[in-house]
Amino acid sequence: MIEPGLYHLLFISTALFFIGVYGFFTRRNLVTMLMSVELILNSVNLNFIAFNKYLWPDRLDGVFFTIFIIAIAAAEAAVAIAIIINLYRSHRSIDVENTEGMKF
Amino acid sequence: MLNATYIALIPLLPLAGFLLLGIFGRKYFKNTSGIIGTTLLLISTLLALYTAYGYFFEYGKVDGIYQKLVPLKYTWLEFSKAVSIDMGIIIDPISVMMLVVVTFVSLMVHIYSLGYMKGDERFPTYYAFLGLFTFSMLGLVVSSNIFQIYIFWELVGVSSFLLIGYYYDKPSAVAACKKAFIVTRFADVGFLIGILILSFYSGTLDFNTLIATLTSPESNGYKNAVAASFLGVSALTWGLVLVFVGGAGKSAMFPLHIWLPDAMEGPTPVSALIHAATMVVAGVFLVARLFPVFAISSPGALGIVGFVGAASALIAAIIACTQTDIKRVLAYSTMSQIGYMMFALGVSKYGGEEGLGYTASMFHLFTHAMFKALLFLSAGAVIHFIHSNEMKDMGGLRKYLPITHITFLIACLAIAGVPSFVGFFSKEEILLAAYQHNPTIYWIALITSGLTAFYMFRLYFSIFWNKEHHPHGEHHGEGGFAMMMPLALLAIGAAASGFIPFGDFVSSDGTRLETEFHLQFSIAPVVLGLTGIFIAMWMYKTQNNKPDKVAASLSGLYKAAYHKFYIDEIYVFITQKIIFNFIGRPAAWFDKNVVDGLINATGNTTQWISEKIKSFQSGKVQQYAIYFLISVIGLALLFIYVWK
Amino acid sequence: MSGSTIIFYLLAALTLVSAVLAVTTRMIFRAAIYLLFSLIGIAGIYFWLQYEFIAAVQIVVYVGGIVVLIIFSIFLTQQAGEKLPKQKPGRQLFSALAAFCGLALVMLQLAQHIFVSTGKTAIEPTVTNIGNQMLGVDDNGYALPFEVVSILLLAALIGCIVIALKTKPNGIMNKEQGISNNEGSGF
Repeated sequence: MIEPGLYHLLFISTALFFIGVYGFFTRRNLVTMLMSVELILNSVNLNFIAFNKYLWPDRLDGVFFTIFIIAIAAAEAAVAIAIIINLYRSHRSIDVENTEGMKF
Repeated sequence: MLNATYIALIPLLPLAGFLLLGIFGRKYFKNTSGIIGTTLLLISTLLALYTAYGYFFEYGKVDGIYQKLVPLKYTWLEFSKAVSIDMGIIIDPISVMMLVVVTFVSLMVHIYSLGYMKGDERFPTYYAFLGLFTFSMLGLVVSSNIFQIYIFWELVGVSSFLLIGYYYDKPSAVAACKKAFIVTRFADVGFLIGILILSFYSGTLDFNTLIATLTSPESNGYKNAVAASFLGVSALTWGLVLVFVGGAGKSAMFPLHIWLPDAMEGPTPVSALIHAATMVVAGVFLVARLFPVFAISSPGALGIVGFVGAASALIAAIIACTQTDIKRVLAYSTMSQIGYMMFALGVSKYGGEEGLGYTASMFHLFTHAMFKALLFLSAGAVIHFIHSNEMKDMGGLRKYLPITHITFLIACLAIAGVPSFVGFFSKEEILLAAYQHNPTIYWIALITSGLTAFYMFRLYFSIFWNKEHHPHGEHHGEGGFAMMMPLALLAIGAAASGFIPFGDFVSSDGTRLETEFHLQFSIAPVVLGLTGIFIAMWMYKTQNNKPDKVAASLSGLYKAAYHKFYIDEIYVFITQKIIFNFIGRPAAWFDKNVVDGLINATGNTTQWISEKIKSFQSGKVQQYAIYFLISVIGLALLFIYVWK
Repeated sequence: MSGSTIIFYLLAALTLVSAVLAVTTRMIFRAAIYLLFSLIGIAGIYFWLQYEFIAAVQIVVYVGGIVVLIIFSIFLTQQAGEKLPKQKPGRQLFSALAAFCGLALVMLQLAQHIFVSTGKTAIEPTVTNIGNQMLGVDDNGYALPFEVVSILLLAALIGCIVIALKTKPNGIMNKEQGISNNEGSGF
């Protein structure tokens, strides 16, 4: 078996990213779309940490970015949940097909 | 003394009358507009007479030849050094003569209308239109530039339209004025093309220069004009024929005569002025103006003029024998007499003795204005009395309308060519000219003059003799002083002006033409005329059934003549079945489906494209995300593999 | 074939399989749990990379905070019971295709690229080091972003409350309607 290196990690993060993208395109439920977005953000975090470890081991920039992304993702998930709850109150469903109001 | 201001005032005074009465007449001059119009025209007439006196007796003649003077010329639109549309005044024998004729007859009509149109709702408008017409006609006869004459030509057409349609709440009047305008306008297309051809080859629009260029065989213009040809006929002939087409339309020559009988829907003084004495002779005037070119450079065109004139004269005379509306009889009579003028020009040659036809034609124009205006105004008095146009409603009116009776009789004698009345002199000269140059036309003219005497006296006897048919209730006298005075003046003119030695003043080349009196030659026409009078007296003086028997015996010809030889029906057929169906409908289809279709297609395509683009903004977030990803992948591919 | 390699592959498999299941399953609660497992897998990878602090943060915030939040929202919007509706097959196919194209493109580029390491001596990502640098104000200091993120969190906090606030007819948001009811409802 090959010793896992940078390329393997990058493969995992890319795959995770595109799985999240697929989920975002396909899911009809707002909450599951939010889950897909979390997957995307996680893949990015993995990317930062991988580069930090293998390409710039003398610096901690990747770590900091990851920390900030996690913090912001948390805030964003909270706001998204608030919006979903608001939407549920007015539409009584969280199907994304019901949110087509802003069209031509 | 040649004073350009006085001459310019002659047409401008009626124009001022038009503007004044047209704009302010309704409000301020309701009762006095007649007086104002008449006064302005009186001044114009005096100025015209003064000009004529000055021209013919003082300064016009140089070395025995009457000059063509241009006292006023204003360059209006300059296309190049040589070609420009000028507004100018030309003074030569025929224009001065026409100035006198037009102003005098117009004055008579103005005075007559004071009585005839009294109490009419739109009295000021009527006088305004009369002023406009007089201005246009006077402008036409003094035009020094062929385009200027075209402008005034159209103005005359417009005035005629306005005056024919004066009673605009009568559908027949509206139809008639439209018909007149459309037919003359149609003829004017030919006129315009003729103008373009002639001015192209002669390189100028000015009459004097144009005539000079196209009559001198050495000039380049002449050579080019004869060299170029279309369908075997030279361009010069085409140009002249097309100009004649315009003149034929305005002068109601066959086959463009259909508007003239219908134009009788207008008030009778209008018929007297426009459709008897002045506007309808505009075509004759045009040919006379361009006569040197016709006679010297294109005898073929002149031949066409002659035959069209003769044909019109004969056909009109035949139709007039059967009509029962007195104004229509007079209308066909006008057409016939103008035919005389036309073919007189057609048989004439240029210069000296040969130019007899020209002088005869102009003389007949002068005299015809007199007696035809007299006929119409007298007919107007009759209509004013009877309130109907039909001969069957009249009869025995000589008791009730004595003055009208006398004037009408004088005019009929004049038109029939009875000796010592004016028509005798002018007709005799025309017949002489025809006899000298074209025997066929001479025989046609002779027969026509017999028919003329017949139908005019048919009219006379049916109105003033015969049995009384009119209702007895409404007799209100003959008509006031305003209506009778012009009749008297015109009657004097009709009786006396025959003795004017016209050849001293008007001739084809400006020199004096000795007109002699050929006694032997005059026998034939006079005998024929008297025969016609007696036949008419025999048939119409008393109530009998001879007219019906004659009509029955000539049934086919009578029917055709009564229906005016079905020419109107032919026109309707041609326009509706042929032009509308084969040209109009396809053109309309093309316009609606192809041209409009193209524009609609552009609009519809744009809308369709925009619908498609609109659907991009569907409101679905996931779709936006898909577009986003695909675009990013596309751009990435582009940047990585295509633009390195 | 060392143990660490095997552990790495196991963790990778866990992450990816859980992720795939999370986006395809039709029961929403299970999706949330699969997401949970996926995040734990990622935390495991962080541990394997010897970035313990990040792994800890991941578990505390992501797993313990966000996934719980998501589960709460599932309950609040009463989705827990029924199966989720299926998406149109065309859409599924197209998205899968698009995602796969993206994946292929990125992997192709990665395979062709040579990553060069700076090769300097590594710094240990210990809590001390991270803490010092985060609040440092020198060249490598992250004090400013730290403060900005804290303001962002404050804004998010207030925003969430305002967005999710229930507006009753005589609630706190409708003061201008002249309420007679002086009950201190809401806040």
